[in-house]
Amino acid sequence: MGLLDKHGVIERNATLLLVAGLVTVSIGGIVEIAPLFYLENTIEEVEGMRPYTPLELAGRNIYIREGCYNCHSQMIRPFRDEVERYGHYSLAAESMYDHPFQWGSKRTGPDLARVGDRYSNEWHVQHLKDPQSVVPESIMPSYSFLAKADLGFNNVKDHLVANQRVGVPYTEEMIENAEADLKAQADPNADWEGLEARYPKAVLGDFDGDPSRLTEMDALVAYMQMLGTLVDFSSYDAQANYR
Amino acid sequence: MRNLGWTILLAFGAMLSLLAAGFAQDVLFQTHAWVIFFALALATIYMLRKVDFAGTAAPVDKSGYFDDPIRAGVILTTFWGVVGFLVGVVVALQLAFPQLNIEPYLNFGRLRPLHTSAVIFAFGGTALITSSFYVVQRTTSARLISDGLAQFVFWGYQLFILMAATGYVLGITQGREYAEPEWYVDIWITIVWVGYLILFLGTLFKRKEPHIYVANWFYLAFIFTIAMLHVVNNLAMPVSPFSIKSYSAFAGVQDALTQWWYGHNAVGFFLTAGFLGMMYYFMPKQAERPVYSYRLSIIHFWSLIFMYIWAGPHHLHYTALPDWAQTLGMVFSVMLWMPSWGGMINGLMTLSGAWDKLRTDPIIRMMVIAVAFYGMSTFEGPMMSIKAVNGLSHYTDWTIGHVHSGALGWVGMISFGMVYFLVPRLWGRERLYSLRMVNWHFWLATLGIVVYAAVMWVSGITQGLMWREYDAEGFLVYSFAETVAALKPYYILRAVGGAMYLVGGFVMAYNVYMTIKGKTRNEKPIAVAHVASAQPAE
Repeated sequence: MGLLDKHGVIERNATLLLVAGLVTVSIGGIVEIAPLFYLENTIEEVEGMRPYTPLELAGRNIYIREGCYNCHSQMIRPFRDEVERYGHYSLAAESMYDHPFQWGSKRTGPDLARVGDRYSNEWHVQHLKDPQSVVPESIMPSYSFLAKADLGFNNVKDHLVANQRVGVPYTEEMIENAEADLKAQADPNADWEGLEARYPKAVLGDFDGDPSRLTEMDALVAYMQMLGTLVDFSSYDAQANYR
Repeated sequence: MRNLGWTILLAFGAMLSLLAAGFAQDVLFQTHAWVIFFALALATIYMLRKVDFAGTAAPVDKSGYFDDPIRAGVILTTFWGVVGFLVGVVVALQLAFPQLNIEPYLNFGRLRPLHTSAVIFAFGGTALITSSFYVVQRTTSARLISDGLAQFVFWGYQLFILMAATGYVLGITQGREYAEPEWYVDIWITIVWVGYLILFLGTLFKRKEPHIYVANWFYLAFIFTIAMLHVVNNLAMPVSPFSIKSYSAFAGVQDALTQWWYGHNAVGFFLTAGFLGMMYYFMPKQAERPVYSYRLSIIHFWSLIFMYIWAGPHHLHYTALPDWAQTLGMVFSVMLWMPSWGGMINGLMTLSGAWDKLRTDPIIRMMVIAVAFYGMSTFEGPMMSIKAVNGLSHYTDWTIGHVHSGALGWVGMISFGMVYFLVPRLWGRERLYSLRMVNWHFWLATLGIVVYAAVMWVSGITQGLMWREYDAEGFLVYSFAETVAALKPYYILRAVGGAMYLVGGFVMAYNVYMTIKGKTRNEKPIAVAHVASAQPAE
């Protein structure tokens, strides 16, 4: 074992040990992760994806803050039972504007990748306030405080700019109108024309049952109601996007 | 004027955090800044009392080893262990009885990261830093290069734990598993970690032994690899310098693989390589035997650190991650079985010729069961990374059981062995307060893990099979809610297993406390080594 006897050289030289070790642990990441950034077929070609509306983004931040990802995945696997239970399997394109991704790793509760448009706003609000009142077997905690908390998202422009800096295609127009869009989406009396043009398929109207206030509940329900609804699957070509 | 520099630095830090509180853009940032302020202010007051204004010469003996942070580390390892296990039992009970959630601060979604971080980073991290300080000095015959830097690394790390823990309860999180702390806490731990690398490497440079001992290879690999993983995975764009919120530099599928490249190697380098370093020092010492095979340690060290890095994609099987990356991750995960067992064999075989110690020495028993659990979970892991198995196990409690047989069995047990080894030596006691209590701890912990893991296997496989159960007409048999209801008995039993492990932790804490106080328990020896006398044939 001549090679192993030469190992003594590394054992006597801490710098060599450090450098050899660093090279050894770098290879895997370079070969495995780096190609995902330039291989064009990593993200499928789809129609319908757009950045989050300011209210959806605020809701998503609440979803992250409360650690929903600890129990809910947002990633439907291409299995018969999952597709029947939750809908079309998830595409990489559907999380292309997600900083960070929220695919999750555990289903203590069901997958939420396509929960949008499945239940009414009233159901969501009731479920978040008292989960066992609508699903008796549920072991989900209560989130009734969300309905009492005003949405503190006063630096909304900064949030859009930060997203823009990491590659989300927010336009200057979107950033300019961020605060107005945030308020308008949950306000049944607002003029939605500009908002709808900027963010197609956005779910509009009061979410939490109290149109007079903009609460964290409004934001979270607005986010959940759009989950998985953007991509137009009638025009999606699964064969062409096979990886 | 000893300690003056550090006192000024602490006061300066306290002032900066006060400014941050003033400029804060959101309530959470302000609250967090106040937490840092009070922590640093208290530390300033404590240090101010220790400043030696008379300017007398330092009475420190510079010739020996620097063991102050190691003593603190042994106590804090024990403390964080008990805290982490306690939060674990609480979250386990919350899953069985959802009424135990107290919104908003003590809901499961906020407490679960508190539990994982308390165990991995507070308990595990403190155990690693503490033991690496001890091992690197003893195996190089050199004192740590700088007392001040050592104290900075140790207490800076404790500040990181405080920031992370308070952040989770407040709702400050990046939403990345095991990398939840936000951008400013990430920057802080990066600074501390660079200090750690300088301290460790510097001590290796001034070693008095020609060869670098194998334990130090593993500690070094743990330190530099965690640095690489942490920096890349936490690249993010803060909303403002005075806001808690940042957005990850990566999105979707790239973000997912970066995160699990980090996540799996937090297991590979934090919870494996680092603790293998611990095993390579404390096990031969306690057994009073040399490491079984020098060549095996070379082969398994290099192959382990090379292969672990590739294994991340097995957390993303059947997801939107491209198939080629999933398959690559699976292949390397299966291959990883071999270098992992190389470590297990080297640890277990170190006992060859000393197996009788298993009867008489509960500390070596603890270390042996740790290595046994290491072997078990490094077989289970590669098996679960096979796509066909993962299709069933992913998203279920099986994964949770797997992680716990590694964390409770391997990481926990080898750390307990390290604590029991160090306490009498660091405080100059003849022996531990009680060896029989070590034995109690051993059995409580071992049986606790067995209950926990077995229950999670049943629970995970049950739920996985229920999700995919079809009836004769081709309809799904169970609603999701029915699969949740089916798990309730297992969730209760899991809490029982965890509680046994927690009680073991309390027994250890008491034993450590009494040993430090200098007490010895009047008790019968575990077993007197005796030669079996020849029995007459019947």
